[in-house]
Amino acid sequence: MNDAAAQEFQFGSAEHQRETAISGIWLFLASEALFFGPIFLAWIFARHADPTAFDAGSRQTELMIGLTNTALLIASSFAYSVGLGYIGFGSRRGMAIWLAIAWLLGAAFIGLKFGVEWQMDFKKGLFPGPAFAIHGPARNGAQLFFAFYFFATALHGLHLVVGLGLVAWIIFRAERYTAERHSPVHVVGLYWSFIDIIWLILFPLIYLTGRAS
Amino acid sequence: MNGYAPSVTVEGREIDFLILALTLVSCAVLALVFALILLYMVRYRAESGVTRGAPGRKTWRFEISWTAATLAVFFVLFIWGGNLYVRLFQPPADALQIYVVGKQWMWKVEHQGGQREINALHIPINRPIQLVMTSEDVIHDFSVPAFRIKHDVLPGRYQSLWFQVETPGTFELFCTQLCGVGHYSMTGEVVAMSQPEFETWLAGGAAPGEREDMATAGKALFAARGCSGCHGEGGVGGSSATTGVSAPALAGLFGRLVRLQTGATVTADERFIRDCILTPDKAPIAGYPRIMPSFSGQISEEDVLRLIAYIKSLRSGSRT
Amino acid sequence: MTHTSAQVSYLDDGHTLRSWLLTTDHKRIAILYIVAITFFFFAGGFAAFLIRYNLISPKGLIGSAETYNRLFSMHGILMVWFFLVPAVPVTLGNFLAPLMLGARDLAFPRLNLLSWYLFMAAGVVALYAVVGGGVDTGWTFYTPLTSFYSQGHVVAAVAAIFIAGFSSIATGLNFIVSIHKLRAPGMTWYKMPVFLWSLYATSVILVLATPVLAMTLLLLVFERLFGIGVFDPAIGGDPLLFQHLFWFYSHPAVYVMILPGFGVISEIIPAFSRKELFGYKFVVWASIAIAVIGFLVWGHHMFVAGASLYSALVFSLLSYMVAVPSAIKVFNWIGTMHNGYIRFDAPMLYAIGFIGLFATGGLTGLFLAALAADVHLTQTYFVVAHFHYVMVGGMVSAYFAGLHFWWPKMTGRLYPEMWGRAGAIIIFVGFNLTFFPQFLLGYLGMPRRYFAYPQHFEALNLLSSGGALILAVGYLLPLGYLTWSLFYGARASANPWGATGLEWTTPSPPPTENFAVTPIVTKAPYQYRRAEAVER
Repeated sequence: MNDAAAQEFQFGSAEHQRETAISGIWLFLASEALFFGPIFLAWIFARHADPTAFDAGSRQTELMIGLTNTALLIASSFAYSVGLGYIGFGSRRGMAIWLAIAWLLGAAFIGLKFGVEWQMDFKKGLFPGPAFAIHGPARNGAQLFFAFYFFATALHGLHLVVGLGLVAWIIFRAERYTAERHSPVHVVGLYWSFIDIIWLILFPLIYLTGRAS
Repeated sequence: MNGYAPSVTVEGREIDFLILALTLVSCAVLALVFALILLYMVRYRAESGVTRGAPGRKTWRFEISWTAATLAVFFVLFIWGGNLYVRLFQPPADALQIYVVGKQWMWKVEHQGGQREINALHIPINRPIQLVMTSEDVIHDFSVPAFRIKHDVLPGRYQSLWFQVETPGTFELFCTQLCGVGHYSMTGEVVAMSQPEFETWLAGGAAPGEREDMATAGKALFAARGCSGCHGEGGVGGSSATTGVSAPALAGLFGRLVRLQTGATVTADERFIRDCILTPDKAPIAGYPRIMPSFSGQISEEDVLRLIAYIKSLRSGSRT
Repeated sequence: MTHTSAQVSYLDDGHTLRSWLLTTDHKRIAILYIVAITFFFFAGGFAAFLIRYNLISPKGLIGSAETYNRLFSMHGILMVWFFLVPAVPVTLGNFLAPLMLGARDLAFPRLNLLSWYLFMAAGVVALYAVVGGGVDTGWTFYTPLTSFYSQGHVVAAVAAIFIAGFSSIATGLNFIVSIHKLRAPGMTWYKMPVFLWSLYATSVILVLATPVLAMTLLLLVFERLFGIGVFDPAIGGDPLLFQHLFWFYSHPAVYVMILPGFGVISEIIPAFSRKELFGYKFVVWASIAIAVIGFLVWGHHMFVAGASLYSALVFSLLSYMVAVPSAIKVFNWIGTMHNGYIRFDAPMLYAIGFIGLFATGGLTGLFLAALAADVHLTQTYFVVAHFHYVMVGGMVSAYFAGLHFWWPKMTGRLYPEMWGRAGAIIIFVGFNLTFFPQFLLGYLGMPRRYFAYPQHFEALNLLSSGGALILAVGYLLPLGYLTWSLFYGARASANPWGATGLEWTTPSPPPTENFAVTPIVTKAPYQYRRAEAVER
């Protein structure tokens, strides 16, 4: 990453540095997995305590937006992988175009999630608190569900925004990468896919389990 | 008073015995460790001319032996502690039940006869006592060092603690879970007295006519809160013919197995009845419509305990 | 980043503030960390001193229970997250890991600097929380007290720990990758010094457990800010879930605190016994076993909290299992001293003190793992004494042992030996006077976190507070003579102890690039020739 030398001075070769960077990001992702782990665990645990009410909350979510967003993210990861393939052949232009597509798809997710879906949720009075719109016996469990919902989607959204920044950074620096030396593209790609995987766990928890029962 | 008091319960003395054994094991190991260190510090100090012997290459015999020895001792201690612990938290069926509610920063106690006390608990000796405890706010912990026993007291659920005291006396009661600024002041005393004295104490205070026992107070609540509107007078149960709606009978409910709509069966204990009152939708009963309203946030912990006491007092077919 | 002047000492490679604050040199970052954690150690220690002052009288001397609660919460938070968890890894570990590996730096030097800045940011937020009035929840932040009832700066305190967590993760990640990828030619896994193995085990815990704490704290803050959340029993949440998640991090975290200490002691005992470490592979695998089993014992903090009886049995058994590797280590250190040529310089005195205090702390842990005994002893001063024996008697002694041992390497100066020995002995005596009475207090039933207490606990509390005074002197002493030695200490040779290990083959203080020529490792560690002459 340093232009003056072929690699940083603690490494024996550029290849050595590349391998090290890739090990680092995998370890970071392991750490991230344990970051999200408690939400999934607590989510399943909380639903177990009062499934009927919890699912009553879940049924108030916007399934169509959720489905669209899932498609957007999967497509975005695909686009990123194509971009990574292009730089493997040395095509900076191809990489930049496909990464830009990946970026736009990710941004669309953010827009849809927070610009549209959250607004609809707020209008329906689904944010937990005294003004919560669901009454009756399911009120408590449904509030618990929406506490998880807002917390988890906000956190996932934050990760995605960081990801958008990183992808943009790669696009702006596209000139620096070659077929042999592009480990930052690889590293960001792993992170981008990881955000996708987190969503693929959140999606059924939010939209499907409540509807299935 | 140096603070040491021999335990006044059988289980407490067993705990003391276990602690004594642990102390002896620890002292033996520490004596070995310190003796060897001191011996080597003197014998193998750099200036010492003592012959050192050939450097031993094979260490694994030592490693295996001390690992195995450690494991064996640990396993004995585990079994000992575990066995006693399980007995410690299994109350006998005939225990006298007393209800305890913790709140910032006091202990509220209510006896079945309706006698209430604050930061004090009067109990008879030579009789198993079971405390049914809950909290109105944060987590507290009911701890009596003289009985060698304690348990956390959580909001939203019942914890049980039992003991049987052999000698009369007054014993310190502490809250041992940090519960806010007044944590240190959430103390009290447990007064153990002989059965006759205890009965005199129970009869003292307010004249019997003015004091309601818990079940009677619960009965009044049962009517005032509209429970009898569906479950019928005396909790005999309701049907479209009698009360207009189908509602399960509560007489004789306590301790019985109940079938839920999920197909599971649960024992109707204090916690189950509490959940049915506060979060009825959580575990709906098989064969009845889900129409029971939730009383969550509308009824105090103490009133829930009184309702439970009332429901426990209802025998099958009886009309109290 | 090319360095033409390969042999300039890292201390002389730039003298501007900028050359320190923007450095990516692991050695300079280690020094930055030493300054920071020394501050937090004395800040937390000052709180402890006030706590002991308060407890001299049964009525409490500082006049306000609220102040007292804030003091012990601050003491816990600062000591756990701003001293014990980072202490050895970020100072000695940062300085020594590349040197011991035969590398020029850690794998990600800029990440290393970032982690220092995160640590400092966390420290500033923590100090803001303290200055703004502090928190009164204890360092354990149990819900619902913390989420709904507490009055203090909970969000700021929790935010500080959250940020410090990222610093921990960055450091741990850096160590793991460096140990995998930057070992010198010939340094196979079994040729690594035990200190590196300990750092590795520690780092695994940091990387895998810290994020769980981070998420748990976020859920807690959400609950506090919005007045509704997943631990709230009123809507069907469970406060015990918070405890499970909290201890899932915080129990492994105590191994984060102690494992690097094991590493330090495993370096020092052979060096001052002039003998190979007894049972190298057992010591190494004991560290790994502790790191793995340590993830499975969190439930032993909850034996009286309301979890199921049978889960308690499992956690009790596992807690005994995790104690076995620690016992193995103690026996191996003593085995190392057998047939040695033992010298009693300050690092060795600290190390011997460590073995004794750690053994006491570990054995009293057996009391708390025995379920029925735990019922009586938990949440009393017995627990306080137990973990201070392990954390302060053990870990702080190990940190001081390491600091003295590698001080000549880090600073190029020798500390005054007689003062060093005096400090070690004063700390040992003061420590035992402070904390041994607390075992008795706990058995007698004195609860933790009490601002005032019944009269009959007074004598032992007085003894404990008296001991704390001696302990305070013991801790201030090294601050004085180590600082003095920076300016007036004799110059150190490359290897003043005659110790093995790659860090001793380079000059003291080492040049920025660590090694002029990348070393090639052919020998196993700790190949001491007996009674060889040592030049200081």
